Amino acid sequence: MLSPDKVVPPGEDDDFGRLSRTRSRVAVALSIVMIAMYFGFMTMFAFAKPTMGMILAPGLSLCILLGAGVIVGSFVLCLVYVVWANRFYDPAVRRIMS
Amino acid sequence: MQAANNPLAITFFFIFMALTLGITYWAARRTRTTEQFFAAGGQITAWQNGWALAGDFLSAAALLGIAGIITSNGFDGLIYSIGFLVGWPIISFLIVEPLRNLGKFTFADVVAYRLRQRPVRMAAAIGTLTVILLYLIAQMVATGSLIKLLFGLPYVASVVVVGTAMLTYVIFGGMLATTWVQVIKAVLLSLGGLVLALLVLMHFEMNPLNLFSAAAEKYGTRVLQPGAKVAGSGWDAISLGVGLMFGTAALPHILMRAFTVPDVKEARMSILYATGIIGSFHLLVFVIGFGAMVLVGPEAVTKAGGGGNMAAPLLALTVGGNGFFGFICAVAFATMLAVVAGLTLSGVVTVCHDLWVNVVRSGEAPEREQLTVARIATVAIAALAVFLGIVFEGQNVAFMAGLAFAVAAAANFPALLLSITWKRFTTSGAVASILVGTISSLLLICLSPTVQVDVMGRSLAEVSQAWWFVPMKNPALICMPLSFLVAVAVSLATEEDGAESSFREMRRRIMFGASREAVAAE
Repeated sequence: MLSPDKVVPPGEDDDFGRLSRTRSRVAVALSIVMIAMYFGFMTMFAFAKPTMGMILAPGLSLCILLGAGVIVGSFVLCLVYVVWANRFYDPAVRRIMS
Repeated sequence: MQAANNPLAITFFFIFMALTLGITYWAARRTRTTEQFFAAGGQITAWQNGWALAGDFLSAAALLGIAGIITSNGFDGLIYSIGFLVGWPIISFLIVEPLRNLGKFTFADVVAYRLRQRPVRMAAAIGTLTVILLYLIAQMVATGSLIKLLFGLPYVASVVVVGTAMLTYVIFGGMLATTWVQVIKAVLLSLGGLVLALLVLMHFEMNPLNLFSAAAEKYGTRVLQPGAKVAGSGWDAISLGVGLMFGTAALPHILMRAFTVPDVKEARMSILYATGIIGSFHLLVFVIGFGAMVLVGPEAVTKAGGGGNMAAPLLALTVGGNGFFGFICAVAFATMLAVVAGLTLSGVVTVCHDLWVNVVRSGEAPEREQLTVARIATVAIAALAVFLGIVFEGQNVAFMAGLAFAVAAAANFPALLLSITWKRFTTSGAVASILVGTISSLLLICLSPTVQVDVMGRSLAEVSQAWWFVPMKNPALICMPLSFLVAVAVSLATEEDGAESSFREMRRRIMFGASREAVAAE
């Protein structure tokens, strides 16, 4: 249901249609990365406990490293989206409006 | 115990009350219209809203609860920290912009945008109020017992004090006062967490790894490894993850904040700030939890009572002395107060805007009447929260917060997502999906070990033999896909011409906002 072709009906105004498709693609791609990152981590937590419990350095296990990575990664993905939206998407919307 | 009647804690508490009531008085004079009451006139900046979102979202459980779980179990507490954060990017990518451009005060505005108002609003109100009520009960009961623990105030008196203070903020100051209460609370909470984590790290050459290895030396490497505390079977952990991620993205009191800022860019930025604040805070809590493990010890924390909730306050006492202990207690209190105020306000907006204006009055009601209804609803919800808080005293209601996330994920999220992305989505599909999501979550939790074993005290071996037994502690993994399935099946079985033809207009408004639409309509 998220496929861009269905989101934008054929014969849609060109600039609007193209921008709308791009936005959907970026939003869906980033969401998939986020969901893969989190559920990858949770699947390993749920089904690969020995691997996750590996000690990499004194005081540091794999699960702590990856867990902190998911927290930092969530913020970084948000940041990527905001930079894209502010630098590219907003100006493009303004161009179409004017 | 040393926590009772700490004079410094009570002093800090009075300073906080004086400050927030002063702000409420100031805000009350700026709250004349529904736009101001429900959305602070859309005049909150992205920074303020980012802190306010963090204030709405970080409950006392984020500091006291998770620190306690880490102190007694080690790593496992981080699973909650991560779960509470991962929904935010989803809000950012998929939800916030359509929400801001299509809606006025609630997420039901978006779902009902091109569908029939009445049935969708009623269903959305059921989903929303279920989430809010479950969350409020969990918060009120936790608040009553924590204030008893921190300040030595009797349970019923604590619940009444919290109920009265939150009623005052919401009824007089509306969204503007509530926002500032959230901002102050979030800043205090982050500051308290930062100082506490730094004081801990000073004992370990400012290196968290030294802290973790000290913990591993004292209590074994198991504290750095995944345990079985958070979830029983493997699928339990996945289900918890589904509930936390998609539930966060559909919590009514969080979504409501998208309308308090001037435009879509500010809404987007405020989600980014909130994600940063909440993420950093949870990293600090990880250090605090291990700090309490090494410097206070899990035995002392258990002895202090409150199911591990005293880990962070006791750590503050150990590393920062009596004054800092008082500060952390007062911050915990402010935290609980702010969260219930935000929840109450979102319930009020739902009752007034969705139910009264759009269902009872068919979309048109005078401003004065709306404000009167809003104020009556505030009193009613506050009274209900206090009443339920007292009724559930001493009951095990910890599961209700998790259930609130599961209901949000199963009832609100599918309808919200499909309404903005799927052209064939119909009114019947939306209503069926919301109702199935709500009812199946409530039903499955009752048949799960969460209620059967933890609340009713039956043995796991006994109930797991029953034919109706649901082996998952959190029902989201079953209920959310079920709700999506029902939404798609019912939509395909029904036709709604108006909904399909206005899809394109809706897509334009998602991109250009309301102003462009008004121009196009001329």
